Amino acid sequence: MGPTELKKFERTFLPHMSAAYNLARWLTRSDQDAEDVVQEAYLRAVRFFGGFRGGSSKAWFLTIVRNAAYSWLQRSQAQGPITPFDEQIHDVEDTNPGPEMELLQNATRKDLLEALGSLPVEFREALVLRELEGLSYKEIAEVDGVPIGTVMSRLARARRNLRQCLIDRGAKEE
Amino acid sequence: MTCQERNDLIEAYADGELDLRASLEIERHLANCKACAAALKSHQALRSALAGASLSYDAPARLSSRVRSALRKQEKVSAVGWQPAWRWVALAAPVFSVAILAIVLVMVSRSPSPGDLLNQEIVSAHVRSLMVSHLTDFPSSDQHTVKPAFSGRIDFSPEVTDLSSVGFTLLGGRLDYLDRRPVAALIYQRRKHLINLFIWPSREGAGAGVAETSLRGYNLIRWSRAGMDYSAVSDLNLAELRSFRQALQE
Repeated sequence: MGPTELKKFERTFLPHMSAAYNLARWLTRSDQDAEDVVQEAYLRAVRFFGGFRGGSSKAWFLTIVRNAAYSWLQRSQAQGPITPFDEQIHDVEDTNPGPEMELLQNATRKDLLEALGSLPVEFREALVLRELEGLSYKEIAEVDGVPIGTVMSRLARARRNLRQCLIDRGAKEE
Repeated sequence: MTCQERNDLIEAYADGELDLRASLEIERHLANCKACAAALKSHQALRSALAGASLSYDAPARLSSRVRSALRKQEKVSAVGWQPAWRWVALAAPVFSVAILAIVLVMVSRSPSPGDLLNQEIVSAHVRSLMVSHLTDFPSSDQHTVKPAFSGRIDFSPEVTDLSSVGFTLLGGRLDYLDRRPVAALIYQRRKHLINLFIWPSREGAGAGVAETSLRGYNLIRWSRAGMDYSAVSDLNLAELRSFRQALQE
């Protein structure tokens, strides 16, 4: 790649660095690893830049960040057994939505950080992409490589999990 | 549709992801169903809690310069230094018009040919695959697993041969990018030495024959067969790399 093309690449993708870092940080749960993942994602992206055919550059790049983060997760978990992710198993019963309203309104930043951080990685990822990065369902489907229907049910389950997690924390404190 | 089934749709509605017709239908239902209306409220409370808590992690300031310099380091190879030389020639043009002709002649003879550039690129791809612990996308020693793994990812189907009987173990496959196109990379191991075999369809009018080069301590053999270009690169000695190519041909 020549210097002009590299500049073009940087103009397109360096603005997505904060989104990339945020996603990588949420997936790896480590500052240092998130930095490594972001750097590796940029090095991969520049090699595949020729295959970028326009469209959402953010979704295109976050796909690479996500894949880099998952390879990192696989490597770091290679020692221990991993429970394969199952949407059904990881789902929780929906509780009556009445009494938790107050709890949601009073949840502190610390509560939310810890509750979101405790979710299975696929749920965390879906919520970060939607609620923090503001991606559309279609873009999330592109990043995760799943159909839009799956994005929809995954988000719903992730939110139920998160809500339940906050309720459990609230119950413990009382 | 039960209210439980409708729940996903209510979230999609609140996320602004439903089309007009579905939105209207949900709105009609919400007006008449207290449970679903409460679910919507709860969903909105959760969203505003998430949005209000600034949960995003900020990238450290040093990351940007770190990434830039890593990019420059990686891309240095393909941006070989003939451009600054040209700029110098351009500056000198008004004064040394005769000298320029001589310089240009020297430069033309010295400037890397497309083949040389590609060789550089191939060696870099090999080095990179060893550096970033991204040797394989689909690790497998089974040729019948590796070959189908490429389908749908690239627009051609590379031949995958198991050579373990002659001492070259197949470790897996990877997608890579060379000569401005996605290529297949097969990774073989010989004792401690790794071999990257890059495969891609030949460009039209490309010459046949075998070319051997040595670059930055790596041996490189390139050849074409049946409409495909092959490049084997490794720190393995040339004689054994030749036997690797021989074994592939058989």
